[in-house]
Amino acid sequence: MTTHVDSQATPAPAEEFLNRPATPAQRIQSVLHRQPALSPAIVLVLAAIVFSLVNERFYALQNLSLVAQQVAVIGTLAVGQTVIILTAGIDLSIGAVMVLASLMMSKLVADNGWPGGLALLAGAVVAIAAQAVNGLLVTRIKLPPFIVTLGTLSVFTAITLIYAKGQTVALNPGNILMWSGQTVSLGQLNLTNGVLLMIALYAVVGYALRYTAWGRHLYAVGDDIEAARLAGISVNRVLLSAYMLAGFTIAVGAWVLVGRVGGGDPNSGLNANLQSITAVVIGGTSLFGGRGVVFGSLIGALIVQVFVNGLALAGIDPNYQVLAVGVLVIAAVSVDQWIRSVKS
Amino acid sequence: MNMPINQVPGRRSRRTTAAMTVGLTVCLTAALGACGSGDSGSTSSGGGDKVGVSLVLKTLTNPYFVSMQKDAKAQAAKDNVNLTVAAGSTDGDTQTQITAIDNAISRGDKGILITTNGDAVNAALNRAKQAGLFVIALDTAPNPASVADITYATDNKQAGKLDGQYAAAALNGKPAVIAMLDLFNNQVVSVDIDRDHGFLEGMGIAPGSKTENGKEAKTGKYTGGKGGTYTIACHQPTQGAIDGGRTAMENCLSANPNINVVYAINEPAGEGAYNALKAAGKEKSVAIYAIDGSCSGLKNVTSGKFAADAVQYPGKMASLGVSSIAKLARGGSKPSVTDGKSFHDTGTALVAAKSVGGLTVQSPSQAASACWGS
Repeated sequence: MTTHVDSQATPAPAEEFLNRPATPAQRIQSVLHRQPALSPAIVLVLAAIVFSLVNERFYALQNLSLVAQQVAVIGTLAVGQTVIILTAGIDLSIGAVMVLASLMMSKLVADNGWPGGLALLAGAVVAIAAQAVNGLLVTRIKLPPFIVTLGTLSVFTAITLIYAKGQTVALNPGNILMWSGQTVSLGQLNLTNGVLLMIALYAVVGYALRYTAWGRHLYAVGDDIEAARLAGISVNRVLLSAYMLAGFTIAVGAWVLVGRVGGGDPNSGLNANLQSITAVVIGGTSLFGGRGVVFGSLIGALIVQVFVNGLALAGIDPNYQVLAVGVLVIAAVSVDQWIRSVKS
Repeated sequence: MNMPINQVPGRRSRRTTAAMTVGLTVCLTAALGACGSGDSGSTSSGGGDKVGVSLVLKTLTNPYFVSMQKDAKAQAAKDNVNLTVAAGSTDGDTQTQITAIDNAISRGDKGILITTNGDAVNAALNRAKQAGLFVIALDTAPNPASVADITYATDNKQAGKLDGQYAAAALNGKPAVIAMLDLFNNQVVSVDIDRDHGFLEGMGIAPGSKTENGKEAKTGKYTGGKGGTYTIACHQPTQGAIDGGRTAMENCLSANPNINVVYAINEPAGEGAYNALKAAGKEKSVAIYAIDGSCSGLKNVTSGKFAADAVQYPGKMASLGVSSIAKLARGGSKPSVTDGKSFHDTGTALVAAKSVGGLTVQSPSQAASACWGS
């Protein structure tokens, strides 16, 4: 899904300094090009200001804490989704794998008497294995990621249904699996361990993408797979690593979900597939690959959740949130296209 | 939050992850055999030829419908019925249901049992009736009800009403600040409207619309129990899931921290609401009213998580449906509706730890004999 790309990936803005764009529009383009998360960040701040004006309860720290807790599951998944989308791929099965992993973790403890830590590990192994299947189908069989994950979405969902038999599983609060749902108070902010896990994940993956050879290879593969191959990057290994890293983030997401739900529920997290893609797209990462930053996806996820929460506080029909998200997705992709149209 | 450990009867234990991962394909193939082929594997024990019946469920992610499937299969084995089960992938997935209806027609089934996902299935059900199939709606009447030959349902409105009456009586004249945790915001499903409106009517608040939620006056007087003033703090969609219930309740609490009554469309939504209240340290001062009647829901009444739970009997609806069609196909008479109602009422009851205001309630232990799921 690569288009002809006329500029290089985010971490190498050197050229911009050599030929300074002339018009203000071009200047904005080049700023946005170097800072993909800037436009969503502006939207987030504007939305927060508007909702604060509508209802002063919005900016209460207690409410902002809740928004952070609500975003934790999708925010965590969005890390993995971003890494995959940066390679010009897409993962439609990411939420289904998370639901499967979260149910496995819960059931192994509740029904099979496993210790929490071991169940957590088992869930992580399954999530990473499931993503390895996605990655291998993409790299070895050379199928488009969209098709692969559309298929595995059904496969993983079916396995979940067969395994769970539609039953929810409740866990005791002392279990390590429930640790992610425990409150951590930072002054007036009441976050959960799950929120901290999510932030740590953003920090680590963000650093790896920006400052390691692996990160540069990932951008290169997403930008132009043939050029990357000619440059000696082992493209398949990079692609597989992206899917397996996503598997790890899914495992963390499953843990956060268990903490939030209080166990396993086959109905919780069903919409996470598209919600994670929405967060990444609104967060300024290009669906064509090679452009974007992982932190933008957190902003994207926050924008969606701020709309849900803000409209609820304003007492407005929740349907307008769905409308707002649709408009934002179109706007984000339009901005992406506009930046790509820059003539260097 | 001391929660019970679930025991699913007949589960195979000791599944190792390795076996899980390796056995994915095996498991899936086996499943497709079970879900797709329509062979219920029942042993011949009834009289006459096998009768084909299709059971079309909303989803199979919800224990409520899983329980329907279980009891329908058991009844099918008794009545020498060839049962085919299909289900939508999510609540509201009408396309899968339409396909299943068309398959039932072409297979020559004698009848269809369906928990509809929406009005979009009506045309397919009419085709089925024209082809001579007997259509029984389970759990929820279609809209209009005449689309099905008969509906076997719990009176969802009555279930909501029992909750509402109890809520009003328990308030004992205090002002009510109510969070309404509904199912959807993007489609109209009768169960969503009936339970929501039933709850309001039980409290003595006019719903303000026949077809939509959230049209009641936002403040006013409730007339149930000793009566008093009320405020509707919010109407939020939960998708009937725990995570949706939690997010909805969190947002409601942000909008109005004084909430003291929570109506939840079902137990998972109530469970999520409880999690949110517990995190806010308010679980003791807020009464959650749920509807479903699963075994774990009853335990939530015992532990005080739910103030009350209106119980329903999904398995009963399904097994009655199977035997009615079997009877009809072998020359028996058509089933009839409950007196004074437009459907065959399989009953509902209120379960609460203690009775208030002279209302009839069952204790959780009394109700446990008829509960479903785990």
